[in-house]
Amino acid sequence: MATVKTTLGRRSFLKSSVLAGGGMMLSFSWFAGCEIPNRKEAATIEMPEEWFELNSYIKIGDNGVVTLFNPNPEFGQNVKTSMPMILADELDVDWKNVIVEQANFYPKRYDRQFTGGSQSIRQGWNILRTAGATAKRMLVTAAAQHWQVPVNEVTAKAGILYHTATNKEISYGEIASLAAIQPIPEEVELKEIKDFKIIGTSKKNVAGTEIVTGKPMFGIDYQAEGMLIAMIIHPPAFGMKLKKFDATKAKSMPGIKDVFKIDTLKSDYARNYFDTTTFTELITVVGNSTWEVMQAKKEVVVDWEQAPEHTFQMDARGNKIAINVPAGLESTTVHQTKMNQYNKKPGNILRKDGDPEKAFKNAAKILERTYSAPFLAHNTMEPVNCFANVSAEKAELYGPIQAPEFIIGTLSERLKLPKDKIQINLARMGGGFGLRAYGHHMIEAAVISQEMKAPIKMVYTREDDMSYGIYRPSYTATYKAAMDENNNLIAFHVKAGGIPESPLAPNRFPAGAIENYLAEAWEIPSNITIGAFRAPRSNFIAGAEQSFLDELAEELGKDPIEFRLELLERAKNNPVGENNDYDPERYAGVIKLVKSKSNWDEINDKSRGFSAYFCHNTYVAQVLDLEIENDKPKVNNVYAAVDCGIVVNKDAAKNMGEGAIIDGIGNSLYGEQTFKDGAPQKLNFDRYQLIRMSEAPKSIEVHFVENEHSPTGMGEPLFPPIFAAMANALYRATGQRHYQQPFIIEKKIIG
Amino acid sequence: MATYNLKINGKDQQVDVSASTPLLWVLRDHFQLVGTKFGCGIAQCGACTIHIEGIAVRSCQLPVSAVGEQKITTIEGLSENGDHPVQKAWIEHDVPQCGYCQAGQIMSATSLLNQNPNPSDIEIDEAMNGNICRCGTYTRIKKAIKTAANSK
Ligand code: FES
Ligand code: FES
Repeated sequence: MATVKTTLGRRSFLKSSVLAGGGMMLSFSWFAGCEIPNRKEAATIEMPEEWFELNSYIKIGDNGVVTLFNPNPEFGQNVKTSMPMILADELDVDWKNVIVEQANFYPKRYDRQFTGGSQSIRQGWNILRTAGATAKRMLVTAAAQHWQVPVNEVTAKAGILYHTATNKEISYGEIASLAAIQPIPEEVELKEIKDFKIIGTSKKNVAGTEIVTGKPMFGIDYQAEGMLIAMIIHPPAFGMKLKKFDATKAKSMPGIKDVFKIDTLKSDYARNYFDTTTFTELITVVGNSTWEVMQAKKEVVVDWEQAPEHTFQMDARGNKIAINVPAGLESTTVHQTKMNQYNKKPGNILRKDGDPEKAFKNAAKILERTYSAPFLAHNTMEPVNCFANVSAEKAELYGPIQAPEFIIGTLSERLKLPKDKIQINLARMGGGFGLRAYGHHMIEAAVISQEMKAPIKMVYTREDDMSYGIYRPSYTATYKAAMDENNNLIAFHVKAGGIPESPLAPNRFPAGAIENYLAEAWEIPSNITIGAFRAPRSNFIAGAEQSFLDELAEELGKDPIEFRLELLERAKNNPVGENNDYDPERYAGVIKLVKSKSNWDEINDKSRGFSAYFCHNTYVAQVLDLEIENDKPKVNNVYAAVDCGIVVNKDAAKNMGEGAIIDGIGNSLYGEQTFKDGAPQKLNFDRYQLIRMSEAPKSIEVHFVENEHSPTGMGEPLFPPIFAAMANALYRATGQRHYQQPFIIEKKIIG
Repeated sequence: MATYNLKINGKDQQVDVSASTPLLWVLRDHFQLVGTKFGCGIAQCGACTIHIEGIAVRSCQLPVSAVGEQKITTIEGLSENGDHPVQKAWIEHDVPQCGYCQAGQIMSATSLLNQNPNPSDIEIDEAMNGNICRCGTYTRIKKAIKTAANSK
């Protein structure tokens, strides 16, 4: 057993006085607020008469029912089930007696309430285990006290405490009141991995029943007494701003309360990294109902003008820096030309091993290929929205947000309210994919509410949402490989950039596996706003790199899988350079696993593509089979092998892996946002094509490497490599290589 | 503004709105039936799918004035206790990720099974292609539809 200091996750032991009496800070009643897990037995869970709080995550009722709080915002990755599973395992309770609740943003009580970067489970792992084990220790101590026996003679199992020598037992519920007043132990023992009972199994989504019965759970579903609906009008193009507007007609329309201009961030405010705000000057239309506001919005007559080049203040870890925003109305065609030009010039050298210049000069043969990808919109199914109720003394917000800790300070500055007077309540999010790390909508809703002196729910139309920015950037990468006269690979060169950032991670594979290596980056400034999008940067560079390695393997006359394994063998036995940020053995492990699960060696009559990648601390390898039907690719099977350490909730992890694969296939074929004179050209799903059921793979198998490494994330890592699995399979089916995403637009796919 | 008498989930309901108001917003804003979702407003995503006389309809494109006497069913009225075979199959396959599209998916799937109790893969694709799931739960949705079909 490992002993850990409970200083880890210490915040969770701060019992807040707000919670006196075991109550909660939420305004709902226990019964309405309690989610009943979707099991048959669930209907029979009886509520206790009294709750005893053991720490921020755990409350035990006098009848043994346990409430576990999910600290992190939920957007479909199912942390609401998996994080409590970790608590429940160390606490040693029967999952049947567990009720899960979503915690609101409460930085005094929870250490990390951020969903992003596939980090919830990885970074929550020790904190949650410690919280569970500490509560269990307090129960054990209480039972020992009660029985007057030594603590080390008391054992716990599935919610019951035992003293075998005297044949005594007592339930957690019965001893909870005594446990709650025990001092917090300085150290606790964590379970051995082999003793896990809940971690590593499959538990159904605790919100499943609510979802399939249509219960209100999203920000957009929120209703409050006297609530008004607000919508915004933002400039139709990047590089534009408001000149003037006339709302005479709109204001006279039925149900409309007001139309006015808001400034979301003051010009002297130093922004943090998540304060990405495309347009700080907006028009808002406020009224009684959504449809009335939508109608009035169309009648506001607005004059837009070009915005000059300008700067804003950024607080970069305590240093104030000025960020420049260029002027101009940008277009995709110009972007493409510019990227090609930049890609031909020398970039910033991020890594150099050996003497790549010499190796390329002496090469017998060089393979050079260029890959590109467009901007992508997140297109969460639930459009941007937020509820806010701001008064002179306090503010209450409820809405979709991945990173409440990054917007609370901004709200406090803008509303001139202290942070502890602002309560951010965490709605389930109808998708996130990175978009909701940026809380501009919270500021907008709060400012509108403050002006209106009323509770409001602000909702974007799909068009407002899709044209707001915070996109995945557009990228270009050129790969070059040099071969000697014996067709041996002797040098590798990658040069990659984008608008406005480079996707390059210079220390990733195949760095470390090739003697002469050069990585260069470049960037083109833009006024189009960008943000994190499922596996930022990796979501492009993985596809480019793995497509190139496929073509390179062919050039070298090698099997694509054997070629990768050879490189990884080299990186393991005799690595080139330092700081190679992958473990060649674990990387090879997933490749070997997918090779066997897909019967790679036996099945030669299918159009299959292979790809692998390591990002967000998780290793992934994939094989994708497709055929061409009526000049369209039909994906039959996808096999994925994943090494994310210990898997907490198996089936839920598979679900996320399947989703990432489907998302990637869709984006590789269709995903793009384009621009003309600064204006996004795709405003709704009639033009912005998303993958639909008939295009999804017939079957997806997600296999996990079994090991005892601490868990890493699942939300992102299966997304980046699938772009190349798709491109490589398309090549086998059609004989055509694909270099430009989206592939369907790039060239006709011919069967 | 006019008064409309609607039959929603077996209940007679009245609402005062303009004739052009889509049923989606009547359900969400006036009756607090927020299980029916707004995704696109232009009949492209299926999040707003409800039943009119048992058949799937996109409520974002259906003006309240066109409903008349017809029976409206929303996700909230699909079953008394969340135990419609389709809902049960959804739980069995643990379909949802974020869950936002799922009410619409379930309403499309139940409408399909009402008309075609044993749909083929292609028939499922055709009936479900109007429902986008941004989280990519399509393979599970398809399995759940088959489970529900077999459970009847
Ligand atoms: S909201 Fe009706 S189909 Fe999208
Ligand atoms: S489950 Fe998220 S959109 Fe379908």
